[in-house]
Order: sequence, then structure tokens, then C-alpha cells
Amino acid sequence: MTDASMGAAVPRQTKSILIEDARTKKRNAAERRFRAYGLAAICIAVLALIILLTSVLGNGLSAYKQTFLDLEVALPAEKLDPKGNRDPAEMAKVTTLAYGPVLQQSLVAKLAEMGLTTEASNKDVGEMISKEAAATVRNYVLAHPELIGGTVEMNILASGRIDGFFKGRVTMESAALDKNTSPEVLVIAQALKDAGIMKTRINWDFLTNPDASDQRPEAAGLGVAILGSLYMMIVVLVLSLPLGVAAAVYLEEFAKKNRFTDLIEVNISNLAAVPSIVYGILGLAIFINFAGLNQSSPLVGGLVLTLMTLPRIIIPARAALKSVPPSIRDAALGVGASKMQSVFHHVLPLAAPGILTGVIIGLAQALGETAPLLLIGMVAFVRDYPEAYSSSTGLFGDPSTALPVQVYNWTQRADPAFVERASGAIIALLVFLLCMNAVAIILRRRFERRW
Amino acid sequence: MWIVSLLTSPFVLVLLIGVAGYLLARARALQVSGGDIRKLTALPKQHGLNALLSAWVPAFGFVILALLYERFAADTRGGSDGLHTAVQVAFVALALIGAIWALARIRIDFRARIAAEGWVRGLLITASTIAILTTVGIVLSLLAETIHFFRLYDWKDFFLSATWSPKFQGDSQLGIWPLIWGTLYVSFIALLFAVPVGLFAAIYLSEYASPRMRAWAKPAIELLAGIPTIVYGLFALITVGPFLRDYFSQPLGLGDSASSVMTAGLVMGVMLIPFVSSLSDDIINAVPQAMRDGSYGLGATKSETIRQVVLPAALPGVVGAILLAASRAIGETMIVVLGAGAAARMSLNPFEAMTTVTVKIVSQLTGDTDFGSPESLVAFALGLTLFVLTLGLNVFALYIVRKYREQYE
Repeated sequence: MTDASMGAAVPRQTKSILIEDARTKKRNAAERRFRAYGLAAICIAVLALIILLTSVLGNGLSAYKQTFLDLEVALPAEKLDPKGNRDPAEMAKVTTLAYGPVLQQSLVAKLAEMGLTTEASNKDVGEMISKEAAATVRNYVLAHPELIGGTVEMNILASGRIDGFFKGRVTMESAALDKNTSPEVLVIAQALKDAGIMKTRINWDFLTNPDASDQRPEAAGLGVAILGSLYMMIVVLVLSLPLGVAAAVYLEEFAKKNRFTDLIEVNISNLAAVPSIVYGILGLAIFINFAGLNQSSPLVGGLVLTLMTLPRIIIPARAALKSVPPSIRDAALGVGASKMQSVFHHVLPLAAPGILTGVIIGLAQALGETAPLLLIGMVAFVRDYPEAYSSSTGLFGDPSTALPVQVYNWTQRADPAFVERASGAIIALLVFLLCMNAVAIILRRRFERRW
Repeated sequence: MWIVSLLTSPFVLVLLIGVAGYLLARARALQVSGGDIRKLTALPKQHGLNALLSAWVPAFGFVILALLYERFAADTRGGSDGLHTAVQVAFVALALIGAIWALARIRIDFRARIAAEGWVRGLLITASTIAILTTVGIVLSLLAETIHFFRLYDWKDFFLSATWSPKFQGDSQLGIWPLIWGTLYVSFIALLFAVPVGLFAAIYLSEYASPRMRAWAKPAIELLAGIPTIVYGLFALITVGPFLRDYFSQPLGLGDSASSVMTAGLVMGVMLIPFVSSLSDDIINAVPQAMRDGSYGLGATKSETIRQVVLPAALPGVVGAILLAASRAIGETMIVVLGAGAAARMSLNPFEAMTTVTVKIVSQLTGDTDFGSPESLVAFALGLTLFVLTLGLNVFALYIVRKYREQYE
């Protein structure tokens, strides 16, 4: 069978092969189209990632800045210390309600001193100051009772609307429709900013302050949520690391192939795919209703997340154990080690980087999990920093919230300033996740051995 | 004073007994050997380990069982008031007996290593049964409360009614169909978006992309999988929802709600892209190279090979991957809570707000809940439905994927 004989039998090719005929053109076009679809799909995916990240960053970065007011606050003795004996215990009876007008008067006086006239009422001017500021000043005064009667230079929070005005969230038009502020007030705010009395500066308090009520978004922070998430991660780590590794070691190294181990394996792979909210229901029914643990405590949250994370740790841990070559085990057994010694002295240390990588990634998933925590009551409004241990509630028993739940919580509030806060919280969450994943990648790159 | 109370707390006592057992057993083994440890069958530290575990394992096992028994026997809801004195005494006694028994067994030819490893093996087995216990816990807690729910509310109304309107003063209508409809509709839109994008991305990455492009595109897509769902939810709420409302549904006159099936579906689709693409990638790579080479040898182009040889060969695996993605979509919570709305209705218009099973589980169980009312208990019935649905999909999908893998191994 030679080329000559074939060519002679079927004289098909009449043109040069360098010139495409109609059918080839069609096929090549189809090829290019197919390729373009693939490329488009990747572009869509990457574009979605970029839009997602820019939207969150764009909305949230401003949460790390806040508008403050430098104000000389006059502290009239007759209002703040009616008994006149400078006794902090007596002065504590004066509530924050009395401090509001004091701040308002100081600001009005300041405006008069600057020569600013306005149609806005004194009350409207007073609303430029955050309601949180009254509590700040009160705490300061109670700590320094000798200051009463004089004036004190304070750096206090401006209200959410004023802050929003400088960040572009509140405009003159929207202020005209808003009953919490007015265009006249915004004009004064601008004048105060120009005079250097009002400043928008970086605000790390956002990461440490506790949550604040609906009326004062400017004071809301992530302190309680970060602490709660930290406690939960400790619980998850302490429980799921030993349990997950033990289960993986048993299944991979010791279990004989039988009905029981088959059942466990099928179970684990199915548990990894159970919707997370089902774990929330489990936690509610077992840990809260049945075992009687405290609602919204990091302990219950940690237990629920542990159950959820376990299968996600066992699966990569088994893969890491499997990748250790059998020659290691054989060598250990050959010099008289027991099966248990070969595993714990040789296989496990060699598999440790892989296992730890899996554990960190599992923890990162647990850190971002929201749905199960909603069901065990972690959405509650918590202002007190939770204690790691207290004699009344036990270990990690204080009510607290968690980072992702705080995000959800803030999206449910009416004031649009909370949307900025929620995006800011997401940035904090993503930074934590990024750090954990970076550690996992470094661990894998530096210590994982390939045989 | 607190040192004394700490030392006499049973938990610390048991820990100390274990440690003391370790030290004593080690010393005793040395003594038995007469100073020449070569005579011993097991190393002194293995005798010690055996004593430690003999003290700890039975004692802690007993106290866990006792706690469980107490909860079952009492059957009251609320905080537990610590352990009974009898249980505490038995706890410490068991540890003591275990340690003494281990100490008494020390002989020159006692195989302490085997004995200690028996305990460790028991612990390993216990750890691996936690998976089964979790499943049992899920099924039991869901079943118990669901049965409770059906005692208060007729199951026919739940499964056959098409109205969902819970009222907290009672007399609610709790038909599951509007929720199922919303769940399936959102999942359908999500898959409609995620499957072509994910599949084509996987094909391009495994068949066409240069190593350099693969090196950045694959991690970028997988990054999407590492983002928590609450982030997607917020994205749906503040970006996608208003965008779709202002540019599609309002100009087209289809509705004026920012939260809609479309919003949640699209965002969930983005979330599922990495899921579909990484699973399909594995499956496409598992198709033997020989099949491709055969196709190229016959003169087929690359796309013809993929469409007519690789994809048909990979089809069962890809179907399995899509089913797994579907089960993820059905169980997804935060995106639909923030993106799909809370109105239970059955409509075909994708720009209307609808609700899903998971949204209603959250809304019926958050806040002040009274576990005696059908309005709260319905969440458990919804949870059981969700669990059965996703479990069925998973088992089926894993079966298909496994079958497919065996074909080419």
C-alpha cells in the first residue's frame, strides 16, 4: 500500500492542502468558537471574582475611617454633680441623658465663638454628635471627678449621618428627606471640617469596640465578634485535631475491610456534604435543648463547628497518611516496632504537614460558616466582651457573637451606615482567612515531602 | 484555698492518679527487673503508659456515659447542676482501680506494650465512630422533633398544601410546596449559570490552556470556593440585587424587588463555578489519553475530540458532579437568606422574591422560639426534608462517580 497507488485509486485532492476547502473552514471555525467559549467561561469566572472583591472592598474600606470632633467640653458642676461632693458613686447617678445637653451646649458655644450662624435649631446641631459620645464623656468624667466645673478637650465621635456625609453616603438631597439631619446641619459640618475641628481619620476602634445599637452605627465595632470567633476556633481546634487525626489513623492504618469500616467511610463522605444548616438544627436539638448548654455561647458554636469540620479534616488527613510510602512502615516493623509504634513514631510525623494543612483549611471554612450559628442563638445583641472562663457560665459559656454572624446581623439593621460596617467586617474576615490559607500553603510548600 | 479545691475536684484527681500511675509503674517495672531492663519484656515507659491509660480510659468513659444517662433519665430541659456525688466517687474510684490493677499486673514477662496499645486502639476506634454518632444524632434529633410536629399539625396539610403563612397566634398554614418551588427554582438558575461556565472552564484549563495560564487561572477560580457564603450573600444584597432591579426588572416591568430568585440564583451560580469546574477537571483528566490519541489519529480536531470522545466518556462523572453541585445549591443558606427574599409564593417570574426551605428554617428558629408550637417545630420537618433530599442526591452522585472511576482504572 503506497501513496502512489492510493492517489491513483481516489483522485480526490484537486487543490493544494494549503487552501482550505469549505468543510475544513467550517471545522476550523467550530474549533475556534469552542476555544472562545472556554476562554469566555474562564473570563466570566475571574471577572465574577474581581467584581465580588472590588464591591466588598469598595463598600467596606471606609468602615475603617471615622469622623471625629475635637471639642472643648464645658462640664457644669450643677448638672453633672448635683450634690457637689465630687464623689464618683454619687455622680454615677447622673445618666448619659444629662451629658447629651452638655455636649450640645459646648458645640453651640463653639459655633458662636467661630461666628457661624445657622437656621438649624440647637437640637439639630446637638445631633451632629454621636449618642455614644455622651457615654464616652461620662466615663471620662467619672474617672476624673476633679475636672468638673472646668472644661476638657475631648475627641468625640460625630454622628453616623455626618460621617456618611464626608464619605459620600449622605447628600444634601437625602438630608432634606431625613428626620435625623438637615442640609443646614451639613453646611455647618462642612464649615467645622474646613476649620479643622472635624476630622475623618483611621479608626482602629472598629476592630475592638463591641456592637452598638441601631441609632449609633458610628460606634459599632467587631470586638465581641472577633473574640467569639477566636474562642470558637480554639474549641474547634482542640476537639477536631485529635479526634480527626485519630479517626483518620484508625481508618487508614488499622481498620480491616469489613461492614463496619465501610459504614464509617460512607458516613464520613456523606457527612462532608450535609448542608451546614442541618448541623445548626443538630446543635439546637442536642447541645442546647438536650444537654442544656448555654445559648449563643462559643462552646456550643465550637461544638457544632467541630462536628461539621471533622469529616472535612478526616478526608485530607487520610490522603496525607496514604501518601506515606509503605516502605517506611515496613522498615519500622522490620526492626521490631509494633504496628502502633510504626504509625505513631514514623508515619504520623511524616504525614503531619499534610494533615496540618487540611486542619487549617478546615478551620478556615469553620471560621466563615454562618448558617448553623444563626440557629444556636449567636445573632443576639451582645455588648459585653465574653470571658474565656467564668464561674457562673463555665468554660466559653458567655454569650457572644461571631464574625460572619455579625455581618448578617448588620445587614438586617435599618440604617444604611450598617452596610458599610458589614462590608468592613467582611474585609476583616477575609484577611483572617487569607492569613490561615497562606499559612497552609507555606506549610505545604516547605514541609510536604513527595515520594 | 483555690489550690485545695482544684486538687480535690474529681477531674483533676483522676488526671493526677493517671500521672502517678505512670511514674509508679515505671519505677515498679525497673524494680521488678532488678535494675537490668534487658530482662523485661516491655520497656518501663510502656508499663507506665499502660497504667496511665488503665486509669484514664475507663474513668472518662464511665463519666461520659453517666452524664448521658443522667440527661436521659432526668429528661428535663435546662442547665445541669453538675455531677452527683455518687458519680464523682465512682469516677475517682474507677481511675484508682485501673491504676492499681495495672500496677499489680507488672511482671518481668508482662507484655505491657500490647496492653497499652489495646487501650490506644480502643480510643482510635471510638474517635472514628464519632462520624456515625453524628449521623445518628442528626437523624434522631430531626426525627424526634418532626414526629412531635406531626402530632400538632396534620402531615397531609404539610405535604399537600400550597400555602405557607405561619401566624404566631396559631392557626397557621404550613404547606411545604412554595418553599420547595423556590428552592428548586433558585438552584435551577444557579446550575444553569454554573454548569456551562464551570464545564467550559474545566475543558479549557485541562485541554487548551498553556501551563502559564493554568498556573494563575486555576487558583483564581479555586479562590471563589474559599470565600465564605456570607460574603456571597452580602454581594447579592448590596451589589447584584440593586443592579438587576435597576437595569433589568424595573425597565422590563417585571418587578421592583432587589431580592429575587434571579439575584440569589446568579450569585449562587458564581459560588458553584469552582465546585463544578474542579470536579469536572478531575473527571476529564481521568479519561485515558489513548482515547484522545485515537481520535486525533483519525483526523478529528481538538474540539471534535472533546465533544465526541472525551465528553461522552466523561459524561457519567460530569452528571455526578452536577448532582453534587445541585445538592450544594439546595442546602445553601446565607445567599438565599440575603438574596432571595422571604415571601413564600409560587411564580414563574424569576425577578420576584421567593423563599426557600433553608430561609424558612432560619426564620422559624431564630429569635424567641417556643418549642411547643408547630410554627417552630416545622423547621425540624423542613430540616428533615432537606437532609433526605441532599443525602439522596449525594449518595446517588457518589455512586455514579465511583462507578465511573472504576471504568477507567
